[in-house]
Amino acid sequence: MDYSGIFTYMYSEIALIGVIVAALLYDLAAGEKGRRFFHHAVCVLMLLFIAGTVVPYHKETAGIFGGMYIYSPVGSIVKSILAIGTLIVFLQAEPWLRREDTRFKRGEFYVLVLSTLLGMDFMISAGHFMMFFLGLELASVPMACLVAFDKYKGNSAEAGAKYILSALFASGLMLYGISFLYGTTGTLYFEDMPAGLTGSPLQILSLVFFFVGLGFKLSLVPFHLWTADTYQGAPTAVTSYLSVISKGAAAFALMVILVKVFAPMTEYWQLMLYIVIVLSITVANIFAIRQKNLKRFLAFSSISQAGYIMLAVISGTPYGMTSLIFYVLVYMAANLAAFGVIGTIEQHTHGKVSMDDYNGLYSTNPKLAVTMTLALFSLAGIPPFAGFFSKFFIFAAAFEEGFHVLVFIALINTVISLYYYLLVVKAMFINRNDSPVATFRSDGSTRLGLVLCLAGVLALGIVSSIFDGINLYAFGM
Amino acid sequence: MVHMEYYLIVSTIMMFAGIYGFLTRRNLLAMLISVELILNSVDINFAVFNRFLFPGQLEGFFFSLFAIGVSAAETAVAIAIIINIYRNMKNIQVRNLDKMKW
Repeated sequence: MDYSGIFTYMYSEIALIGVIVAALLYDLAAGEKGRRFFHHAVCVLMLLFIAGTVVPYHKETAGIFGGMYIYSPVGSIVKSILAIGTLIVFLQAEPWLRREDTRFKRGEFYVLVLSTLLGMDFMISAGHFMMFFLGLELASVPMACLVAFDKYKGNSAEAGAKYILSALFASGLMLYGISFLYGTTGTLYFEDMPAGLTGSPLQILSLVFFFVGLGFKLSLVPFHLWTADTYQGAPTAVTSYLSVISKGAAAFALMVILVKVFAPMTEYWQLMLYIVIVLSITVANIFAIRQKNLKRFLAFSSISQAGYIMLAVISGTPYGMTSLIFYVLVYMAANLAAFGVIGTIEQHTHGKVSMDDYNGLYSTNPKLAVTMTLALFSLAGIPPFAGFFSKFFIFAAAFEEGFHVLVFIALINTVISLYYYLLVVKAMFINRNDSPVATFRSDGSTRLGLVLCLAGVLALGIVSSIFDGINLYAFGM
Repeated sequence: MVHMEYYLIVSTIMMFAGIYGFLTRRNLLAMLISVELILNSVDINFAVFNRFLFPGQLEGFFFSLFAIGVSAAETAVAIAIIINIYRNMKNIQVRNLDKMKW
């Protein structure tokens, strides 16, 4: 058997495994003194990793291990976007990790986060349902450990339990679906399966069961019940990671599988997605209005954003794929900025995350308030910012395929979402507060992360070459 | 020889008993056991489909093996988290996990 393809096409995963091993060994070998530079070491490693893999090396799609692993240029783009997001999360997590009560286990944080990233990479380039399942589990099991990372906080443990039990349940249902797919088609390879799919009732059942697994990861509405609790209880750095990176990977994997594998059953999954999109966007928007805790608030906002991402999936075209990746990129910039602000304020005020605490933030911390405002504007889709363009592309992708009513519903929901995003802006700029958050200066690492996100929010939409660049690779999907 | 349908009936019963247990049990460990029932029913399905429908290949058996391994890892993490909950709250009843609601 020829193993030469491993290093030619799997370079991203191999390099990531190298980074994980290096972080693990650094944690072991470096003494108390060396561990002070742990953060810098990991960030430099990640930077090298991103610099080495950001541009796809090969222009063609290739399968190795007999087609279990499929390299595609567009998947490689998604991987580098996720890696950049992870680096930003690391930058913003630094003040929390440096604290007295988490310092001794910072190595675990890096290794666990990078393991989930590795799982997502395998999930993205899977060519076989077993590979896909292993990637999904590698992404969700360490994630449960991360959610329960604050061992001595009841909330964190509660969030972890809710996450792991829901994840187990969802993956059990997904496996049940896959087992019937195997029974009816006799293969588990993505390439061979479409030939066996006829749209029989059993296959529709397994399609729905299969969708549960990824719907859970994306927290679409019938499967969203864990989201708010887990987001609230998890440490803020983990929440931001969970809301962006894991969602982006799952959205891409879902689109690839639905379009490629379930191609003969397009009408069924389009109907299913139609219902899920309408529910996700509407229900999440209604629940978001009444939230007072900002992390919960952003949890519901992320559910509705996942609904918008599904608009690109339902189109099923290469243009939809481009707009999905672009949407994930823009959403990453905006959401990481919002969570970065929440995290740094939480660190400096001993855990204030309620919306009332943000009253009058502009008078004491104007820069943070402006950052948060721009991020929320981008999430809501207000024109000069990147969020407007990403929403526009996604609506266009769905509209071209004839989902006119669906796009109209999504548009109405955009207006509703503007209301609750502006509630936060109003709290920061207009509401009066006798004891606002004291003025503080966040550390350099967080500021660097916030500046990167802010640059993304401002520039991604205007620099049109980014969208074109992604579009260049999305032709083959 | 035992027909395939009998195996499938067993696995279906296990599957839905697991779902029922997951939704009705009020103890975290019992919920975990219910989920394990679901995962085991999947293993039976894969093995049976492979043995009866596609005896020439091994894909289903391999999938069962990997599913068993992964579910063991998941259970280990879940039990660790449940122990952590016990340390924090001194019991593992679901009704006590209501610090965050709405």
